[in-house]
Amino acid sequence: MSTITSWVVLGATSVLCFSVKLLGYYIPEGWLAHPRLQRVNALVPISLLSALVVAEGLVIKTRIVIDHRLAGLAVALALLFAKAPFPVVVVCAAVTSALVYHLH
Amino acid sequence: MRLEERWQAPFKALIRLGKNEGVTTLPRDTFRDALSVALTVGAYGVAFGAAGIAAGFTVLQTCLFSLLTFTGASQFAAVGVMAAGGGALSAVAAATMLGTRNALYGLQMAPLVRVKGVRRVAAAHLTIDESTGVALAQTPRGTRSMRYGFWLTGSGVFLFWNIFTLLGALGAKALGNPASWGLDAAVPAAFLGLLWPRLTNTYLRVVAATSMAFAMLMTPWLPAGVPIIASVLVAVAFGWRER
Repeated sequence: MSTITSWVVLGATSVLCFSVKLLGYYIPEGWLAHPRLQRVNALVPISLLSALVVAEGLVIKTRIVIDHRLAGLAVALALLFAKAPFPVVVVCAAVTSALVYHLH
Repeated sequence: MRLEERWQAPFKALIRLGKNEGVTTLPRDTFRDALSVALTVGAYGVAFGAAGIAAGFTVLQTCLFSLLTFTGASQFAAVGVMAAGGGALSAVAAATMLGTRNALYGLQMAPLVRVKGVRRVAAAHLTIDESTGVALAQTPRGTRSMRYGFWLTGSGVFLFWNIFTLLGALGAKALGNPASWGLDAAVPAAFLGLLWPRLTNTYLRVVAATSMAFAMLMTPWLPAGVPIIASVLVAVAFGWRER
């Protein structure tokens, strides 16, 4: 990632995310009341976060790659099932992944 | 959306009964709610700080994300897409789409905070999952407590989120190679941790599983990062018709 790209991503993300927040304070309530829009909008975070788990845990560039990250992800999944708190999940996933990385 | 839904339901029922309408208590309980949420959520900032560095952003840039973007899932998405080798456009689009729910929160908070000018800008910036959730949870305690809850939670999360982002970024910088310390697995684990509490029923778990399968299928065919954006199509397909 070049220096310019990183600043562009930072700037554009910040401006757009803030604009969306501000939009909520200016648009009339009826505009976002369409049931279809609300249904889709409620599902968008779930779809995006799911795809991000895949993209970060299983993908390198445009290939599916099974490596140390999957071990970390498996531990995270097990801990979430056991209702572990968020920081514990993240730290244990990192430790597992690092161990597999070094043993491999 | 998860906090909002969880907290809103029981209180809506109470208001409908008319028993708690207009009741104002001392905001001490509100203060406790706001602070505990601010501290817990703020601490996740460590994970974001580390993710920013792992993705190749500098400490300054990572901290600016938390100061200026200030909406956790979007920040993780932006740096996550870049870490996955995606393009700038994919990163910005994913972050913005994840941020659209904040507009819906703003819609609900606008009549509550009723501010103009600079204060409205500040209110908008602090409009996130947590500030909206705590504000709505204060409904039985009256409008004053709701407003108090919104501002206190928003500014509290802002303070702690930024402090912990800096600590996470500095920590990750000191550690060096991200894979060597498992940081490359911490990021997807963080996404999984953000996703998990939203999967409150079977239908939503099916949406999540379908989105994951779709992202995997699309990976060899689309440029890096684009399958993440394309997964929105799954949300559209599922949400198109009423269940």
